[in-house]
Amino acid sequence: MTDLTKLTIAQARDAMRKGDTSSAEVTAACLTAIEDAGALNAFVHKTPEIATKQAAAADARIKAGDAPAMCGIPLGIKDLFCTKGVPSQAASGILEGFKPEYESTVTSQLFDAGAVMLGKLNMDEFAMGSSNETSVYGDAVNPWKVDDRKLTPGGSSGGSASAVAADLCLAATGTDTGGSIRQPAAFTGITGLKPTYGRVSRWGVVAFASSLDQAGPMTKDVRDAAIMLQSMCGHDPKDSTSADLAVPDFEAALTGDIKGKVIGIPKEYRMDAMPAEIAKLWEDGTAMLKDAGAVIKDISLPHTKYALPAYYVIAPAEASSNLARYDGVRFGHRAKLDAGDGITEMYEKTRAEGFGHEVQRRVMVGTYVLSAGFYDAYYNRARRVRALIKRDFDNVFADGVDAILTPATPSAAFGLGEMTDADPIQMYLNDVFTVTVNLAGLPGIAVPTGTDASGLPLGLQLIGRPWEEADLLNVAYSLEQSAGFVAKPNKWW
Amino acid sequence: MSIDTETARRVAKLARIKVEDDALPALAAEFSAILGFIEQLNEVDVEGVEPMTSVTPQRLKRREDVVTDGDQQEAVLKNAPDAREGFFAVPKVVE
Repeated sequence: MTDLTKLTIAQARDAMRKGDTSSAEVTAACLTAIEDAGALNAFVHKTPEIATKQAAAADARIKAGDAPAMCGIPLGIKDLFCTKGVPSQAASGILEGFKPEYESTVTSQLFDAGAVMLGKLNMDEFAMGSSNETSVYGDAVNPWKVDDRKLTPGGSSGGSASAVAADLCLAATGTDTGGSIRQPAAFTGITGLKPTYGRVSRWGVVAFASSLDQAGPMTKDVRDAAIMLQSMCGHDPKDSTSADLAVPDFEAALTGDIKGKVIGIPKEYRMDAMPAEIAKLWEDGTAMLKDAGAVIKDISLPHTKYALPAYYVIAPAEASSNLARYDGVRFGHRAKLDAGDGITEMYEKTRAEGFGHEVQRRVMVGTYVLSAGFYDAYYNRARRVRALIKRDFDNVFADGVDAILTPATPSAAFGLGEMTDADPIQMYLNDVFTVTVNLAGLPGIAVPTGTDASGLPLGLQLIGRPWEEADLLNVAYSLEQSAGFVAKPNKWW
Repeated sequence: MSIDTETARRVAKLARIKVEDDALPALAAEFSAILGFIEQLNEVDVEGVEPMTSVTPQRLKRREDVVTDGDQQEAVLKNAPDAREGFFAVPKVVE
């Protein structure tokens, strides 16, 4: 078999079970591809020894029969996941040298299912960013290119998106606090799913904003997202917010039959100055679902406009609390101290040296909105608005809407460095279509459905009812079949 | 709302992040821009709306109040920048 790295999870699973290839072969092909792809800066810690060992074990298990679907599948793991004995830095200088003594629940479950870890993937520092430009490892680069410019793969899961799009791994883990799986997936022409809040355990995932963070799969197609999600989710006693609910068979739900499903089109997502290409992509997607037998319904989510400002209170507030643990005492970086420096200087110097600019800014904004005198005006008000945003969704779902279709991003991938001088709010606008989903705790999926005039991929987002990822994946599967997006980046790296 | 350099200095102190004096004006300007963006929330009528505490209406699970973990001193100290005699070491706190 040729081009083993181009296989989807489903294809590799079936080929391995038939004996047409082995995990050892696919893993070796991925490791070679990773060695050749330094220019993408996607893999930042490579683990070939672990991968080779896991692949051999997976092959033995497949041969013995009855191996799970993820058995032998080589994956990239976002640097936000703690992996035992392997650097896990959240792309931050403050976690330089940190090697966890434990394994995150998500990676434990994937490894128990026989998945293979190729290494750790680049990302924005502490998942704060939309372009992978805040990473201590430097920028990850989008494998898509239409001129001399190097483009962002999006963020925060930029390394994950770049690696999957460039066929360096069969799939990757991502995390999503405001759009960090779906926006990079859309920028790189892959599929990215953020599950319902509580579907996937957060234990062992470096915390950014705990009430918003969810891990999910980033894959080459919708079927793979269903297969990989199956292994990632489930109740975990170590995460008190993880849901003790039965996990359905997601792949079995992919019938492609969406006749009679009601798809909501929210008018508030038709932003002023929406590029014509994005508007057309959205109209085309709507027509595809209608042709497949869905009922299209215009809906209103009146508080949409307030989602980004609410997010930029809640997420920094939670981050300022979560990141208080980086104090130079228990793990990671500690600043060199001058004579006479006490513990306060140790904290202040350590955090100034260890955190990058965007992280410092968000920690301080969070500190401000939580400080005495402002807590009610900012933090409590944002939490009230969050309740209203969720109520908007509750209302349309109660009215019979099964899923909501929106654009995934306001544009195609932009050039690295192009937003450097922009006001931070301009960068935050990347999350305008995705952030509502985190605030409401809903499942959302980005599916590539077209390209812009220059040939860069564009994606649409589908938003589902809570806990109904199976149904959501099926609508996404239908959209994927109709769109027939098969373009791949030309190899330049 | 406009943030002055004194407020920026106070926030940096509260956050335990050292910011040099000459960086404070730029920081204050960034805070002002972000807070200006956040001020939109004042347009929303939130009368009678409870602040959200949990996005999913679930009751946290309870378990027996027993020790389920521990006895891992070595693992806990493994990543410490300075660990001595089974403890985390820090600069002198008490004179």
